[in-house]
Amino acid sequence: MNNKEFIKLEKSAKRRNITKNTVIYTFLTLWGMIVLFPFYWMTLTSVKSYGSYNAENVPSFFTLSPTLDNYVNAFTNVSLGKYLLNTLIFTVITTAAMVVVITLAAFAFSRMQFKGKNLVFTLFLSLMMIPNELVIITNFTTITNFNMRNTFAGLILPSVMSVFYVYLLKENFSQVPDELYYAAKVDGTSDLKYLIKVMIPICKPTLITITILKVIECWNSYVWPRLVTDNQDYYLVSNGIQELRENGQGRENVPLMMAAVVIISIPLIAIFLVFRKKIMAGVARGGMKG
Amino acid sequence: MRVLLQNLTKKFPNRNKKEKEDVIAVNDFTFEIPDGKLVGLLGPSGCGKSTTLNLISGLLKPTSGKIFFGDDDVTNLPPENRGIGLVFQNYALYPHLTVRQNIIFPLQNLKGKNKLSKDQMNQKALEIAKLVQLDGLMDRKPNELSGGQQQRVAIARALVKIPRVLLLDEPLSNLDARLRLQTREEIRRIQRETGITTVFVTHDQDEAMSISDIIVVMKDGVVQQIGAPQEVYDNPSNLFVAKFLGTPPISIFTGSIKAGRLYIGNDNVCSVDIPDTAKVDVGIRPEGFILKEDGPLACKLDRVEVMGRDISVVSQHEAAQTTHIRSIISSDNKVDFGASQVRFSIKPNKLLIFDADTGNRITCNLQ
Amino acid sequence: MERDNKKAWLYLLPAILFIGVFMIYPLIDVFIYSFEEGYNSASQSDFGTGTFNFQYVLRDPYFLQALKNTFILVIITVPMSTLIALFISLGLSSIKPLRHLYQTVYFLPYVTNTLAVGIVFMILFKKTAYSDGMVNLLINWFGGESVDFIDGPYWAKMFVLCFYTIWVVMPFKILILTSALASVKEDYYNAAKIDGTPKWRVFTKITIPMISPMLFYLIITGFIGAFKAYSDSVALFGTNLNAAGMNTIVGYIYDMLYGDGGGYPSYASAAAIILFVIILTITCINLLVSRKHVHYS
Repeated sequence: MNNKEFIKLEKSAKRRNITKNTVIYTFLTLWGMIVLFPFYWMTLTSVKSYGSYNAENVPSFFTLSPTLDNYVNAFTNVSLGKYLLNTLIFTVITTAAMVVVITLAAFAFSRMQFKGKNLVFTLFLSLMMIPNELVIITNFTTITNFNMRNTFAGLILPSVMSVFYVYLLKENFSQVPDELYYAAKVDGTSDLKYLIKVMIPICKPTLITITILKVIECWNSYVWPRLVTDNQDYYLVSNGIQELRENGQGRENVPLMMAAVVIISIPLIAIFLVFRKKIMAGVARGGMKG
Repeated sequence: MRVLLQNLTKKFPNRNKKEKEDVIAVNDFTFEIPDGKLVGLLGPSGCGKSTTLNLISGLLKPTSGKIFFGDDDVTNLPPENRGIGLVFQNYALYPHLTVRQNIIFPLQNLKGKNKLSKDQMNQKALEIAKLVQLDGLMDRKPNELSGGQQQRVAIARALVKIPRVLLLDEPLSNLDARLRLQTREEIRRIQRETGITTVFVTHDQDEAMSISDIIVVMKDGVVQQIGAPQEVYDNPSNLFVAKFLGTPPISIFTGSIKAGRLYIGNDNVCSVDIPDTAKVDVGIRPEGFILKEDGPLACKLDRVEVMGRDISVVSQHEAAQTTHIRSIISSDNKVDFGASQVRFSIKPNKLLIFDADTGNRITCNLQ
Repeated sequence: MERDNKKAWLYLLPAILFIGVFMIYPLIDVFIYSFEEGYNSASQSDFGTGTFNFQYVLRDPYFLQALKNTFILVIITVPMSTLIALFISLGLSSIKPLRHLYQTVYFLPYVTNTLAVGIVFMILFKKTAYSDGMVNLLINWFGGESVDFIDGPYWAKMFVLCFYTIWVVMPFKILILTSALASVKEDYYNAAKIDGTPKWRVFTKITIPMISPMLFYLIITGFIGAFKAYSDSVALFGTNLNAAGMNTIVGYIYDMLYGDGGGYPSYASAAAIILFVIILTITCINLLVSRKHVHYS
């Protein structure tokens, strides 16, 4: 081969590269638009007034007279504020309780020696395969029998435990070298103090990831809250938004609904943008949409 | 196949984005590898030896300079058209394929008139496997093989297409000490039997010296010296090469030259034919020391290590640039372990003088 | 090391309490329920044990409709989403500029409320008396006829459900596949390059086998997740899924338990167990198939 042929080869390779990149970017951008369009549409619709939205026989892709009325109405006409508060209480208590429970359990599994440890741990692991749908039926009956429907206790208690996170945290705890524990023991540190002062700070990244994933799960939970609450005072956002829709009877106030959807979505999107790397790494390690 | 590297230069953009200056990995490298030789590229990590290998393979493109295989200019040729075989440091064996499938893999890519039938491929794979002595293990998966066996599969895969040039990147670094000795003999044997021009990269001078026909010593992207191993060892062109080659390492002293005599500290060692110099670096190979009661070099005896065939005498000298001087002498010599001082005379051909500023070798006649 | 029995159990106590009350007891209970015939949650009485609940459920047209819907959903969305995610991940791993931006955007659906965004999809696809909606506008542009995707023909409703399901599950799959692709060592590609391996062969003989464990993990979790579909459907078609003809197995379970047609925990239990058996069977088949085709290093 001589030099002229090389130049030809190189040029055609370059051309092929450009075509390839164009195809890839077009494809990726297309999917990006499919992902983003619903977000754009809900924001756009939420700033259209009720009247102007309903006057649109052909949907328009922008609005010249944006209004924030729908956002105001979302808090005054509809008790969205109440739903948000409920969801916040539910999320905070459930997540906090879960973190305490799984930390203690993971510590026992990773650090302590006791009879039946392997058996209990195997049992824990096998419970990961049990789908929620199988146990939710009895839980519903249990909560009803204890008269805990329409209470926070009824909402929270069955949602606290997560076997998978015990497993995840136990794996992380086990990576802390034994020497640290023995050193602390020699200094006369109690187990609990060791857990709080040494283990938790070292495993903080995992704990934060678990916390965020649980917060997302709580914020979006729908099925269980729907079963145990039929009083609007205890609705979470998912149920609230569903209620808002069903009561419209075909002639819903769409811009108001969209304003509510935007308000519900903002907290999680904000958390995601702040903790982007942590969340994506955490999910990659085995988070499933709960 | 003769391989010619002409003014080869490779620059990388600086990883630290604030610094605009490029990092020069290989700087103006010119070298001709004669046909059928085994060449070792040697140097500390980061010296550009792996980059040089990747330039020859075509995985990297040079910033400037040219590469010729025989009379063909291959500088702009993609790797697959160069006719090379490359053995990766971690072997890069496909873990999901058997030994046979791994070796056949390159053959299955042949197209057109070069296309082989299944039987021909198996035949070729078996021939190569026999050459590297793998013929009993053809149906194993890589993770069922020892490190040495994996290494041989990697070599077989690189050889099966009969490359014009075989390249090996740190071929022995993942093996344990015993296997390393065995495998380097193996590489030498395979290279001899096939007669394929071979270039390998290593940071282990022992390895390079023992099997190469030619070694190339590199530092910071610049070639320091090229030559036959013994030649480079005996006549290093600068202090860096002298220090890099040889175990135990060469001992370096600060010396001076007055009226045709070489002084190490205050010890008048020998006569030299260079003009007076206030400061020179003097290197003495460990085997250059001769135990002699009235020798010129007086050292404080630290300890004596018996190694069977040889004795290693560890001592100190005020002018030495290292805390310890190591000398190797035959175990026939009787050393007084309790003495506080030892005296040496020096073999002239094991004593090297370097410019204290540039580190370049000052060649001279010693008496 | 001495054994600290009592203390360990103390640490485990909260976890065991939660698991005992809300997981293990219900697990046993659901089997009992499912075989108790004619259990009435008001009077807490039943008239004997047997397989009547299962027979009832399997003959219930609503359940059969839910079963059909779920299977169609699974068969369409699992391969589609995995395949599209694979293409997107391949695209992502072959570009450098804007890569992080794309990754961030693609992940957004993961952190959104399925119910809330589902309503946006409903609005986009819905045809009302006043307006044909956004998607129909697009269809009209390309010269098509308007379709009511939310209250219209079955295939149109199924299309929206599949589309939304894929939209929701995509972030997880893209994330897993992108990191799987990134974990394939560069050396393998270099080795293949030196041998002049054609791109397609590199893809089928190296890339796919190397990421096969993750691909397979996605297919298994994809099957399990799709069989448990429910809230996507609620978001699009409202809570009365039986009326819309878009119920799923999980939806059927909840409807039996509570709501307008509810109050039959026995039927719900039987349906839940049927679902569990289906999932278990599919997962076992997947595992058997994978043993042949998946390479674990």
